[in-house]
Formats: sequence, C-alpha cells, structure tokens
Amino acid sequence: MKVRVHNNWPPGHVRTPGYLRGKTGEIERKIGLFSNPEQNAYRHAPEQRELLRVRFKMSEVWGSNAENPNDVIEAEIYSHWLEAV
Amino acid sequence: MPHDHNDSEAQGTISSSGHPYRPDDDRPLTYWQNMEIAVRELLIEKGHITASQIQNQIDTMDARSPTNGANVVARAWTDPEFKAALMNNAAQATRDMGFDIGPMHLIAVENSDMVHNVVVCTLCSCYPRNLLGLPPDWYKSRAYRSRAVIEPRKVLTEFGLVLPKKAQVRVHDSTADMRYIVLPAQPEASKGLPVHDLVKWVTRDSMIGVGKAHAPI
Repeated sequence: MKVRVHNNWPPGHVRTPGYLRGKTGEIERKIGLFSNPEQNAYRHAPEQRELLRVRFKMSEVWGSNAENPNDVIEAEIYSHWLEAV
Repeated sequence: MPHDHNDSEAQGTISSSGHPYRPDDDRPLTYWQNMEIAVRELLIEKGHITASQIQNQIDTMDARSPTNGANVVARAWTDPEFKAALMNNAAQATRDMGFDIGPMHLIAVENSDMVHNVVVCTLCSCYPRNLLGLPPDWYKSRAYRSRAVIEPRKVLTEFGLVLPKKAQVRVHDSTADMRYIVLPAQPEASKGLPVHDLVKWVTRDSMIGVGKAHAPI
C-alpha cells in the first residue's frame, strides 16, 4: 500500500525526519500501537498511534541526485503522519 | 614513568610516545551536566535510589557488548528454527536465548548477495544498546547520520565495503520505537564450524551493516 508523509513542520518533539516529509513510499510492515512521542515527550497523556515501517526509493527521496535510484530507505512513521495515495 | 603528564611537559611539547599533549578539559559544566548532577543528588538525598544502584545500572550497561549479538547471529546461522523466530520477533527470540534486553523492541534484517542492510539513526543515536552495548562514536556523528541516508554506498566504501550494483542497499533509519540488528551473511569459509567458533566471525560493524562477518583476526 502506497502512502505519502505529510509535509508539515510543527514545533516540538517530532520523530518524522524532515527529509522524508512530503515523500511517497510503500508500507513495509505494520509494527503495532505506540505512544505518540509528540505528547509523550511533554508528559501529556499520550494517545496510542499505529506505527508503520515505510520503504522509500532513493530516487523518490533525493530525485536525480540519488546515489543509486533502486536502493531504499526504510523508516518508522506514525499513522497520523501518513495519508493513503 | 610515574608522571606521564606533568605541567612543564604540557607546555606545547611532545610526549615521550611522540604525540602532543591533550589540554585538560577545564571548561565549566554545561547546563545539562549540572542538571544531571542536581537530579541525581536529589534522588539520592530524598532516598529514592542509592549511589550504588546507579553504579549497578552503569555496570549492567557496560557489561553488554557486541559479543551478545555475535552469539545471536552465530546461533541463527546454525539453527534454522531459531533464525525463523529471530526474523519474526527479534526481541522475543533474544530474550528466549537468555539476554536481558529490558523493554527493547528489536527487528532483525538479513544480508545476502542481493540485499545489504545498514542501520542509522538520523534523528539522534538510537542503537540496540540493550543487546550490543554502547554504540561506537562514529555512529553518533552528524557525518554518519546524514551521509548514511544520502550516500550509503560511498559511506560503505569508506568502511571498506564495495557492493555490486545489482545488490539493493536498504538503509534503516531508527526513527521511532524499533531497534535493528543486521544478520550478516555467513561467510562460506565458516560453514560447518561449531557455534562457539562462529561467534568470533561476527563483528560489531557487521551487525550495524557497515561491515561483513569475517575470519577472526
């Protein structure tokens, strides 16, 4: 399943790396429910959010500057940062 | 020599082993160093924990080393049932092997001729410390953390690892709750060896993915 990472830039403790925001990838696996770090980091009662491993092609992340377009980056992204494509 | 570093020698001269003396670290404590000391002393003064409990925790972490991971890898090489369990849930499989990894969530990724996995934490320095101990300094450097996702093949070349173009590099960015261990490919020359010998073929770097397993040096 294809997903796009929100291209948002909120302040605070965000675990979605900047270089992946706005990028599209494939869900590699679903890991389960974890505390939302954006709340947890400030001792707010954290909501449980689904965490997914998303696989991005280097060509998607770095465009024509990609070292090898078919290599991939895999990262854990919380569901509230993802939208179906 | 009783005193390797006396003051008169330290004035811009060279030590007997031929390197310049490193200046003393006389800077004041940083904000967070002060904060750590204040919190630690308060916790002890108020009777929540003792100094020896803190030291025990440090000793527990210092006792963890890449040898733990090497034992996991060597067993996976020789025990297909264990390997399947490891690939399915690496945290549970290592716990079942007897390692105290605390609450760590662990994923194992397998290297082969066609796929090469390498691990980084671009946001900070997440590392499977509860199994492998503390990460190497370079793992925490900005250079490794940024370059590993931008130009992993170039980085691997600097580690002495040149990968064929047909192999796919998979960079795992530990962005959140999972930690990663690479299951390196078993070298042909090691096949058939008993587990306690195989452990010596598994290096820390091969479990991060910046090296390969190789014969003990």
